[in-house]
Amino acid sequence: MSEIREVIINNDRLATDEYLVNMGPQHPSTHGVLRLLVRLEGEKVLNVQPHTGYIHSGIEKMCEAISYPQIIHLTDRMDYLSAHMNNEAVALCVEKALQVEVPDRVKYIRTIMDELSRLASHQLWWCVFGMDMGALTTFFYGLRDREKILDIFEETCGARMTVSYSTPGGLMFDIHPNFQKRVKEFITYFRTKLPEYDKLLSGNVILRERAEGIGHLSLKDAIDFGVTGPSGRASGFSCDMRKHHPYSAYPFVKFNEILDHRCDTLARYEVRILEMYESLSIIEQLIDNIPEGDYAVKMKGVIKLPEGEFYQRVESARGEFGVYIVSDGKKNPYRVKFRSPGFSNMFALNKMAKGHKIADLVAIMSTLDLIIPDIDR
Amino acid sequence: MKSFIEYIVSVFKGLWTLLVGMKVTAKYFFTPWNHVTQQYPENRDTLVMFERFRGEVIMPHTENNEHLCTGCGICEINCPNGSIEIISKSILTPEGKKKRIIDQHIYHLGMCTLCNLCVKACPTGAIVMGQKFEHAVWDRALLTKVLNQPGSKIAEGVKE
Repeated sequence: MSEIREVIINNDRLATDEYLVNMGPQHPSTHGVLRLLVRLEGEKVLNVQPHTGYIHSGIEKMCEAISYPQIIHLTDRMDYLSAHMNNEAVALCVEKALQVEVPDRVKYIRTIMDELSRLASHQLWWCVFGMDMGALTTFFYGLRDREKILDIFEETCGARMTVSYSTPGGLMFDIHPNFQKRVKEFITYFRTKLPEYDKLLSGNVILRERAEGIGHLSLKDAIDFGVTGPSGRASGFSCDMRKHHPYSAYPFVKFNEILDHRCDTLARYEVRILEMYESLSIIEQLIDNIPEGDYAVKMKGVIKLPEGEFYQRVESARGEFGVYIVSDGKKNPYRVKFRSPGFSNMFALNKMAKGHKIADLVAIMSTLDLIIPDIDR
Repeated sequence: MKSFIEYIVSVFKGLWTLLVGMKVTAKYFFTPWNHVTQQYPENRDTLVMFERFRGEVIMPHTENNEHLCTGCGICEINCPNGSIEIISKSILTPEGKKKRIIDQHIYHLGMCTLCNLCVKACPTGAIVMGQKFEHAVWDRALLTKVLNQPGSKIAEGVKE
């Protein structure tokens, strides 16, 4: 009934051919509990209204009651596919506030871990995208390669997804002795497997027919909605935090920001595939040159930030992830705000899906790579 | 006529892209021995987890039923979810001094997020992360554990 009420409140009566469909909150293609209120005319999408809040966990509020090192483990649970980037954002923000300079070793390891997380995230995105398009095969191929990265994480960080590896002042552990060997093995392995992705899906005529020219998001709209990450870069929006505001070891490496000006679903697909190649080359540049040194700076037992406001942003696998901490000089933050990429990306959905078929809506949503805990927080 | 030929060509080009993809899947279909997954419940006896794997918090005891926990409560302060409760008691040492020692180290596995902060903070290394990961139980109360064994005492020479 509430949907009907919403329509009446907006004084926006349904025409005789139109109807409202709830896509979700338990729809398999929404990747979580996202509810989309879709207004349809036959199969044509007229309007998409995302409704969030089904798994709101109050992480920002919980952060006000705990100390800074303890915030790290909550950020794992937000965007669980790029957990390490979230950890790093909080760690960098606290380090920035305390004006602590971490050793180069920490910076290098953090950057390698970032890129490994990005690879794992894009691999999962790739296989789920295939599945949304109806190609179940890709799901197994993507997960097969992702398993190798998760093993590397498990060996060094102790967990597969909720790594909690970056802490304010450095890292939780030093890297495992096998780490470099395993990462090199993975790179040689994945360089042979990545062309398979192209053969299986990128060249596939069904995917190209369904993706080309679908879900157009112009550069102006991308900037207006704050669409960042690979989705924004596919609209020609140069928004890579690694390039524009380099942090950790990104100033030391050479890499290209992948930009595409076609603005459609296929562009968003290809940007992510090319980013995987870039991530591999970034890891290759760093893995042999990890400097010797400490893996953490000695921090005080109770970390107290000076009074003030601090903001740090990093490039997560989905876009710009920001941490905004307001401190009143105590050991707990006064207020924490996370700028999550998924939240901004999601609201561009209406712009992109309008006028397309409902099957295209699934594909468009999949290329935005939404993670619902990241949106609801 | 020209557009008709283009159409036929595009059909065959499209079919070719499908065959390229099917070649990959066929390769794995006929060579499955390199690409099998872990047979998890069957390989339970031989399964070895990585040494840093975080499964649960445990307190190792020696064969004399001694542990390293002084009951200082630093793990309790560091825990973000309140999964650790330290109950200490005071005893009289042989020299006649009052001393606080650990009575019960209560650990709620159901609330624990395995963030490793307690293990990292422990000054004596009394608690470590265990490798066990099969934690399913029938009753939630079974997830609350007392880590120090009954009758155990602190090992000699542990600095307070």
